[in-house]
Amino acid sequence: MVRILSAVFLTLALSAVPAKAADQPAWDKLLAEADGQTVYFNAWGGDETINGYIDWVGEQVQARFGITLQHVKLADTAEAVARVLAEKTAGRGEGGAIDLIWINGENFASMKQQDLLFGPFVQDLPNFAHVDVQGKPTTVLDFTVPTDGLEAPWGMAQFVFLYDSGTVPEPPRSIEDLLAWAKANPGRFTHPSPPDFIGSTFLKHLMLTYIDDPAVLQRPVEEVDFMEVTKGLWQALEDVRPSLWRKGETYPANGPGLHQLLDDGAVDFSMAFNPAEASAAIGAGTLPESVRTFIPEAGSIGNTHFVAIPFNAAHKAGAQVVADFLMSPEAQAKKQDPEGWGDGTVLDVAGLDPEDRALFDDLPRGIATLSPEELTPVLPEPHPSWMTRIEEEWLRRFSS
Amino acid sequence: MSGLELEQVSIAIDGKTLFRELDLTVAPGEVATIMGPSGSGKSSLLSLICGTLEPAFERGGIVRLNGRDIGRLPPERRRVGILFQDDLLFPHLSVGENLLFALPADVRPRAERRRRAETALAEAGLEGFADRDPASLSGGQRARVALMRTLLSAPHCLLLDEPFGKLDHDLRAKVRRFVFDHACDAGLPTLLVTHEAADADAAGGPVITLHDGG
Amino acid sequence: MRHGWLRFLPGLTLLLFLGPIAAGLIGTLLPAFGYLPALGGTHLSLEPWRALLAAPGLGKAIGLSLLTGISSTAIAFVLTVLLFASGHGTRAFNRAKRAMTPLLAVPHLAMAVGLAFLLSPSGWIVRLISPWLSGWQTPPDVALVQGPFGIALILGLVVKEMPFLLLMTFAALGQIRADDQIRMARSLGHGPVQAWLKVALPQVYPQIRLPIYAVLAFSLSVVDMAMVLGPTTPPTLAPLVLRWFNDPELTMRLQAAAGAMLQLLIVLAAIACWRAAEGVIGRLSRGWLIDGRRGGDGRIARLFGWSGLAVVVSLAGGSLAGLAIWSIAGRWRFPSALPDRFSVKTWMAQAGHLADPAWTTLAVGVAATALALLLVIGCLENESRQGRMPGLGALTLIYVPLLIPQIGFLFGVQVVLVWAGLDGGWIGLVWSHLLFVLPYVFLALADPYRALDPRYARIALLLGKRPLGVLLRVKLAMLLRPVLIAAAVGFAVSVAQFLPTQFVGAGRLTTLTTEALSLAAGGNRRVVGVFAILLAALPLLGFALAAAIPAWRFRHRRGMAIGAPG
Repeated sequence: MVRILSAVFLTLALSAVPAKAADQPAWDKLLAEADGQTVYFNAWGGDETINGYIDWVGEQVQARFGITLQHVKLADTAEAVARVLAEKTAGRGEGGAIDLIWINGENFASMKQQDLLFGPFVQDLPNFAHVDVQGKPTTVLDFTVPTDGLEAPWGMAQFVFLYDSGTVPEPPRSIEDLLAWAKANPGRFTHPSPPDFIGSTFLKHLMLTYIDDPAVLQRPVEEVDFMEVTKGLWQALEDVRPSLWRKGETYPANGPGLHQLLDDGAVDFSMAFNPAEASAAIGAGTLPESVRTFIPEAGSIGNTHFVAIPFNAAHKAGAQVVADFLMSPEAQAKKQDPEGWGDGTVLDVAGLDPEDRALFDDLPRGIATLSPEELTPVLPEPHPSWMTRIEEEWLRRFSS
Repeated sequence: MSGLELEQVSIAIDGKTLFRELDLTVAPGEVATIMGPSGSGKSSLLSLICGTLEPAFERGGIVRLNGRDIGRLPPERRRVGILFQDDLLFPHLSVGENLLFALPADVRPRAERRRRAETALAEAGLEGFADRDPASLSGGQRARVALMRTLLSAPHCLLLDEPFGKLDHDLRAKVRRFVFDHACDAGLPTLLVTHEAADADAAGGPVITLHDGG
Repeated sequence: MRHGWLRFLPGLTLLLFLGPIAAGLIGTLLPAFGYLPALGGTHLSLEPWRALLAAPGLGKAIGLSLLTGISSTAIAFVLTVLLFASGHGTRAFNRAKRAMTPLLAVPHLAMAVGLAFLLSPSGWIVRLISPWLSGWQTPPDVALVQGPFGIALILGLVVKEMPFLLLMTFAALGQIRADDQIRMARSLGHGPVQAWLKVALPQVYPQIRLPIYAVLAFSLSVVDMAMVLGPTTPPTLAPLVLRWFNDPELTMRLQAAAGAMLQLLIVLAAIACWRAAEGVIGRLSRGWLIDGRRGGDGRIARLFGWSGLAVVVSLAGGSLAGLAIWSIAGRWRFPSALPDRFSVKTWMAQAGHLADPAWTTLAVGVAATALALLLVIGCLENESRQGRMPGLGALTLIYVPLLIPQIGFLFGVQVVLVWAGLDGGWIGLVWSHLLFVLPYVFLALADPYRALDPRYARIALLLGKRPLGVLLRVKLAMLLRPVLIAAAVGFAVSVAQFLPTQFVGAGRLTTLTTEALSLAAGGNRRVVGVFAILLAALPLLGFALAAAIPAWRFRHRRGMAIGAPG
């Protein structure tokens, strides 16, 4: 099933990217224009490790290109979308407050549909040539929506579960096992409340588990009988609900909130969209040493996160230079380093120059991080319309 | 013509006349007295002369000081000094600073200002009180400082709004004498508002009695 | 003309105020009825309201808002009344009053974060009794923080709003010369509680009505505190509406705008109901006022009042201490009552991130406060020069921003600012803070200013000083204490602003409050502790200065001591 999906996926992906070599004189002109600009980078600010990485990027682009990078910390990426919309509402076609947004999934789909993005620009960035478009098709297909050069891939994310090996010696092998464990251990398991993306992604795993034909998830949700298709998902959730932490009457706000519960010993599982997050948290002293990660044997959802430029950005040149730097082997290697962030690279490492490749070869793997082999198979994201529907339905059933 | 002249002065509020067509001339060195019950408009008359009467009052007539119509001047340019029942020494300033506050800015240099303030204190029998907190003075001492402060501002006339009302019997006569003597020495036309006949007797000048509703 | 430009100041002030609010309301009202051209909505419809009413969790969210908003206001008010009734004039009470000022200064968000640390199942209180007393090796599975009935949110609101009502009541009591009247009632044989309830309360209540409505409006529509302490599935209405404004599905903004209007209606309806209840209680109590019963020594009122105060003060103290400890905690797992080790690592690591928002917080706070002082003093000075002219009553419109929920008009304000090119800039940010700083500065300064004996100024004028000199060297010099207190209040209000900074700062200008809230989303207690401590420290510093400067300046002036007549 997964293999068929991947094939469908790849075909879509390849058709989405026009192959085109970067144009050197044009790029030099852009660099000159970018020099001295201040780029307002709107990015989720809830993780100190990531904030530290963005600080490092700021130092680098300042030194190399004379660009001042301002990290505008968001509690939710949708705030930035709201801002761009407000500017469009007020008729501001240029000089917008946001130059670069960390984005993917439904936020991207929404901005793309409302024509709020600048571009296509990605294929003109020199470092895009190194991106592993074939091996990592999600770098050009964001939740099945073609990126059309409107957003530059930044990192690979994959969903993992965290567990405390001190209290759970053997992790469950499947989602069904996990729910069975939760029923057997009341109050020791929960998930972040949708529409938080960790919570929503957990629901998607349930959906993949309890759906008859996962292929329908690649189509817009309007084309299927949603309630019929997702019946199994809701049944499973209703069954497990009384055994959840606080009997499912309340849920942690997001992934870090769930980590805190794990650290407090209030629950035994957590979730993350970054395989190296557990190791980083152990290093920072915010999770116990005994925490380890696992994914179900059927695999876990992986996606790519991107940076995009609003249609009215004031500093488009600077934003493009930063987006390009984020895809450079050096920045990508630093990001994959568990010390720096621990986020997977979007590049085709095997195809890099030997010296660039060496940057990646020596990277340590964290104590709680799975090997690339253990992190397979990677499952595709459903079409973004599914996200909206399951969030709505979850809110209707569990939050009213 | 020197002195304070009121010509056909009247005050009304909300259509109700407090008094009308009052004529009075106070010569330099003379103390005139206005008497009357509460609400007869005594204090309003003083406010009118000072230029601090609330805009809600309707007024008529002319006020002249040393021959000049001061009716349209702002209070700070009328050169009218006033003393109230409360001494109203500024509590945030020392005794000396209260006096220096009143001394015109053209008195210079600083040493001269200082000397003038100290002379005034000496005249009031309060040598060495310059750095004292006004709150630490007795009622009689405060009343004297208040007068010296007014005199230091070099007024052209002096208004007294029941200034002795809060002093006890013995002190009252003393302070009254002190004030009248200084006003007289300075050659100021002085207008006293009171409801004590003894004050009017001590003043020795003309007496006008206002009636309720004028 | 001797009154000069001052004459136009009240009008200008109101324009600066009501202009943006009216524009903001319209800018929210139109989308609520489907008009938002950027999203293709070009004709009016009821569709957003239909979507709103069908939104999952709406009924429960409204119920939660009403429950938390009304009960926290009622509890804060009843506690205030009990404390005054049983403690008026006692020394302990005056000491308690001084403890209130710092509570007032701490921004809502800092208090909320601290309370969450304190009250959560893995919080300090549970840690202190675990495992030796409770037997809990892991945190108990009970819901107080973010629990279904909003108990933690109610507690948080009471902790923040009771000090405000206490201080407002103190100020009002000074105006009615309550001490003499209560002494009279006591001499007629009334117990302390009955004397206060029958003599002081009926006179004080009209004076504190506006602050109570402000507390009610605030509690019904609070966002930052609710996001930290309140339930999440669903939250109260205001955070739910904010969530819709931020929804990636852009057409949700129409529904959000309708939700914002609904929030406004709820606040107005709640105020109207409260007003009606006042009337009913007032009528019902006429007989009780004159029934001649004297009451006892007020033991029960004292017990409840002071226990309430003790709970409020210890919750607040424990919250701030908890914040401080988390900010320097090394590894600290449940159920240890204290961290295994302490470290300044978090402070060192955050130093670079603190500088910018701390500077913005300070700069915006100082600018908004200075402007507010300038306008308020100008208006009050104009009033004192003109006399109480009819029409000046319009100035009470200054309180409008306190009675309208912020979420009801800030989206519209954002659109207006973007249109004017002022979003994300200092002017817009200072202006938006001014909307909320100015009413509080006015509230803090108007009474002392009006109470100043006008004869001081008259004397100074007659001593030949120009009006401006009199204003500066006599009036403001004598009012130094209330002016600085008003400034400290204004600054604290500015520091605490979350939504205006969020909507107007465009993310380019961030303050400690917005940073702390986005960090709170990440749940790293140490980092949040660092931001919240600094967030609390800035306004506390302001109040400390406001107390220290006049104390030093007037150390030799008995007439300027606190409580001196005049």
